[in-house]
Amino acid sequence: MIATLPLTFLLPLAGTLILAFFGARLGARGSAGVGVSSVALAALATALLAHAYLAAPEAQTLTLWRWIAVGDFQPTIGLRLDGLSLTLLGVITGVGLLIHWFAAWYMHGEEGVTRFYAYMNLFVASMVLLVLGDNLLLLFLGWEGVGLCSYLLIGHYYRTAANVRAAFKAFLVTRIGDAFLAIGLFLLFRELGTLDIAELLRRAPERWAAGDPGVELAALLLLGGALGKSAQLPLHTWLADAMAGPTPVSALIHAATMVTAGVYLVARLHGVFLLAPGVLWLTGAIGALTLLAAGCAALAQTDIKRVLAYSTMSQIGYMFLALGVAGFEAAIFHLMTHAFFKALLFLAAGSVIVSCHHEQDLRRLGGLWRRLPLAYAGFLVGGAALAALPLVTAGFYSKDAILWQAFAAGHGELLLAGLLGSLLTALYTLRLIVGIFHGAAGSDGARRAESGKGLAHGLPLVSLMLLSTVLGAWIEPPLAGVLPAPQHGPAGWHLALEVLAGSVALLGIALGAWLFLYRRAWLAERVAQGRGARLWRLWHHGWGFDAAYEGLLVRPYRGLVSGLRGDAIDALGQRPARLAGWLHGALSRTQGGKLRFYAVSMVIGATLILLVMVAAA
Amino acid sequence: MALIWLILIPFLGGLACWLGERWGEGVPRWIALGSMLLVLLITLGLWWQGDYQWPAGAEADAVPWALEWRAPWIPRLGIAVHLALDGLSLVLVALSALLGVLAVLCSWHEIRRRVGFFHLNLLWILVGVVGVFLAVDLFLFFAFWEMMLVPMYFLIALWGHSSATGFSRIGAATKFFLYTQASGLLMLVAILGLVFAHRAATGELTFSYMALRETPLSGEVAMWLMLGFFLAFAVKLPVVPFHGWLPDAHAQAPTAGSVDLAGILLKTGAYGLLRFVLPLFPEASQAIAPLAMGLGLVGIVYGALLACGQQDIKRFIAYTSISHMGFVLIGIYAGTELALQGVVLLLVAHAFSTSALFILSGQLHERLHTRNLGEMGGLWGRLGSLPGFMLCFIVASLGMPGTLNFVGEFLILFGSFPVAPWTVAIASAGLVLAAIYSLLLMQRVHYGPPRGEARLAALDGREYAMLLGLLALVLGLGLYPQPLLDTAGPAMQEIPRLFDEVAMPSSTAVPPGES
Amino acid sequence: MNGVPMAHGLVLAAVLFALGLAGLMFRRNMVFMLLSLEVMLNAAGLAFIVAGTAWGQAEGQAMFLLVITLAAAEASVGLALLNQLYRRFKTLDIDTASGMRG
Repeated sequence: MIATLPLTFLLPLAGTLILAFFGARLGARGSAGVGVSSVALAALATALLAHAYLAAPEAQTLTLWRWIAVGDFQPTIGLRLDGLSLTLLGVITGVGLLIHWFAAWYMHGEEGVTRFYAYMNLFVASMVLLVLGDNLLLLFLGWEGVGLCSYLLIGHYYRTAANVRAAFKAFLVTRIGDAFLAIGLFLLFRELGTLDIAELLRRAPERWAAGDPGVELAALLLLGGALGKSAQLPLHTWLADAMAGPTPVSALIHAATMVTAGVYLVARLHGVFLLAPGVLWLTGAIGALTLLAAGCAALAQTDIKRVLAYSTMSQIGYMFLALGVAGFEAAIFHLMTHAFFKALLFLAAGSVIVSCHHEQDLRRLGGLWRRLPLAYAGFLVGGAALAALPLVTAGFYSKDAILWQAFAAGHGELLLAGLLGSLLTALYTLRLIVGIFHGAAGSDGARRAESGKGLAHGLPLVSLMLLSTVLGAWIEPPLAGVLPAPQHGPAGWHLALEVLAGSVALLGIALGAWLFLYRRAWLAERVAQGRGARLWRLWHHGWGFDAAYEGLLVRPYRGLVSGLRGDAIDALGQRPARLAGWLHGALSRTQGGKLRFYAVSMVIGATLILLVMVAAA
Repeated sequence: MALIWLILIPFLGGLACWLGERWGEGVPRWIALGSMLLVLLITLGLWWQGDYQWPAGAEADAVPWALEWRAPWIPRLGIAVHLALDGLSLVLVALSALLGVLAVLCSWHEIRRRVGFFHLNLLWILVGVVGVFLAVDLFLFFAFWEMMLVPMYFLIALWGHSSATGFSRIGAATKFFLYTQASGLLMLVAILGLVFAHRAATGELTFSYMALRETPLSGEVAMWLMLGFFLAFAVKLPVVPFHGWLPDAHAQAPTAGSVDLAGILLKTGAYGLLRFVLPLFPEASQAIAPLAMGLGLVGIVYGALLACGQQDIKRFIAYTSISHMGFVLIGIYAGTELALQGVVLLLVAHAFSTSALFILSGQLHERLHTRNLGEMGGLWGRLGSLPGFMLCFIVASLGMPGTLNFVGEFLILFGSFPVAPWTVAIASAGLVLAAIYSLLLMQRVHYGPPRGEARLAALDGREYAMLLGLLALVLGLGLYPQPLLDTAGPAMQEIPRLFDEVAMPSSTAVPPGES
Repeated sequence: MNGVPMAHGLVLAAVLFALGLAGLMFRRNMVFMLLSLEVMLNAAGLAFIVAGTAWGQAEGQAMFLLVITLAAAEASVGLALLNQLYRRFKTLDIDTASGMRG
């Protein structure tokens, strides 16, 4: 059975190759067919693997070949299937398939469909390698591969300079994280002599005592990589701009899979992080901060995709919070449910955007609930899950697990942040849904909206809707044995916490409904002037990180580049050449072909020599 | 015997090209292609047959050459025509032959004037370079070292482009010549100094590499002689303060010249460091290692910063070369087996990806008649599969895993980290800089608003095949670099051994401030 | 031998040489420059004769023969050049014939 494991990335890779070489002959429909079916086959392979694995849950590895062999440095192209990778594999291929399918509807009639599917398939292949790689170098291959695909897909509409800039920014910011990750890899290899993950987790406790500065440093570097990829503070600025890509890309890469790679990395290397309590606490703190900061920023966005982007950061903040309290299982569980409901929200947003003729400004949408019933349903279900509506949604269970872990670990401050965050979540979700579907339409595009039709549009939405309800929460990731068991807090308190979390969510929803449905005018007045306007601007620009980075990093870099453009060192090297040239000019003037000048100079020279001789004598 | 043929074939082929011009323009091209292919086939044959493993249980007083060929030349002065081949030189000779083939192919339509003489020069560059890689007599080595300059000079001076800004092609050629010639003279002085030091110690006058390796040298003499060699190779690599010739030469050279420069000539610098500087002067090399690594860092950052500011696409790529060579320098002076293996891989990878980028910019120039980045943009949809290839090679040059460049760069960094953690940490910032300049190039050429809608000529079969072949090599070797590692490996185990011997007496080999 | 003292002869030679040199330096016409050159050569010859006579040595006269030969060769080459110069430039001004820019 394990032999089918390589198919999960080989099939999408084959899709990429087919599209790259024969895409022009396939046409748009053919390309979409190849793109979707390759992922469908990969999903099928995953289903078979899952079936076999759940019957006999035992981690298996499959080494394809030895990648590099120099002395002790022996990374392989080796795959490892265990509960964690299987969970991620299921999310990637399953949700990936739905999104690929939906994209066939979304991209219909646009140019570059072949390119789009080639990159999407390559993305799936890289992401699968990321989660299956049994050593850190192969993981890094997938890690960089998904970053590249993200870059390419954000810049899909390459004719607009802003999109290209957004893509560039995304790649660059994550690459900064990757550089930290790379240094972390060097450090781990130097200290532990291996990059094999299982071996690494075995050797780490032997090499380091808990809290050793070495392991703290290693964990910190790894965390740097995770922060970049998962868009956490302070490397989060790229995600909001990344929405320039087509919406299915945002759904797949910037909501469901790639951005959660950081969570996967930390969970995968939990053994290292558990040895570094300081960094682990930092992980949770960054998660909590991002959760709140991004939640506030989401409240002040006017682009529906940017709202969702900030919401994604905020939700990944939850996952980091869970990691920080050593609630690895809860983090992965939330990763999974988040993949469902956020993909749903993005696809529904995509449906709205296409239906309204590429209108995605909240202020210009409105009153669409009657015209776009399916998208409305999608937003309602997805929004409910996002806001963790108690009992019926998947989001409630996963978020509750996180809060419970924070409580059980005794991190009161993180628990508080989590609760506050869930209030914010409910608020911005309500604002989003009300803004799109209620009130009056603000533009022609919205007034002439036509609902999407067809299986490719409907089926992915409905499937994700089902997964976002409590049905999705019934899927229990088979994580036992891979990750440390969840902590058990004081008995009896769990129910109380659930009630508390549920009531906070309900309170948020009620507050949101009241504010955005009935007190709209009052709100608009508040944010139009004075302190409210300042706060709104701050949140709208994501707390001003972009401006700060622009001033602190981008502009000095540009200045450096333009200052050095002429290559000062080379100019220095030109000095002798310039001197020789000048001397040449001066001396060649004496060789003017004027015979009499020669005669005079000879006379002068002879006289001088004579004088010298006389003087010497 | 095969070794001398590796040199004779391109030499005679070059003459034949020159003579063959009178029978038509196509004749020299086919002769050149044939001789390049023949050299490539012979090398691959050697690769196939030869055994490049270290002999079992070798503490190895002598470097075990896989093949040797020797004939007397000037016996009175101890000079011989002595060629020898080991894994390192084999890899580099094969690389040179392959790039030689590409150089002929990529100038198939570009060169119209004096075709015979052009191919004579192309082939004679190969003569010089292969000679450099094979010679183990220092006098012979120097002869080949000087010999490869002349045809390159003509290539730039006669078939180059003159740009509106900067140097004329003759100026660039002269600059190239002066830089390398001047540093070559320093090396000659160092060679002679070494030979006389050897005679003073043993009474024997010889230029033989193996004999000179055993020369006992005092610390100060070794340092001065080492610097003579180092400067010559540093100019060729190039290391940053001596890099001035490279951007001008690249910008003005014809495509084939750039391919040869980037793919082959730069490699001779690294080869020289690996073959001569480190084994001949291990102590002195160890002593300047921190300085050399510092220069490597400067090169990485400086090259990357300069690249971003260029308007000429070939100058742009030239500066990225400088940045990449910074990694090579760090790897060489880290001196661990892992790092040195990485150096070999990165040399090969850089040759592939950078040559491909130069070929691509040549193709862009044929279609757009400009090399100015300001006049490009939005070309993605207008050029068929060219942008796709460009994307692949740019991605390779930024060190994307799965490509050979990644394996090379990361082996260097993994290998250098235990020796110089801070250097490596800063060099890792080079990964970010590489991303900046690579993507900047991509988006200035292919993304953004297009400047016209007309479709330009797509790639023809020859161009497509060249690029596809290079891409297959970059990706294939990136996922399975073992053939290269196994071949060059034994030769690379020697330097760590020498470094360890140096470090043994005092265990404080770690540069100050880096622990 | 009595008569003119050696100093007088040498002074005459020096004056002739200086005149010739001045002519060479200040005249632009090539005919006059050649003439000046002849004068200078003959001045040197005169100096040899005077010295040879004063010291009673034959080498002075032998040197004079050499000088005459040299002068003859110089005059013939010079006149040939002059002829060519005139044909090509239609002038005897030496400065206009300079093709070097310097």
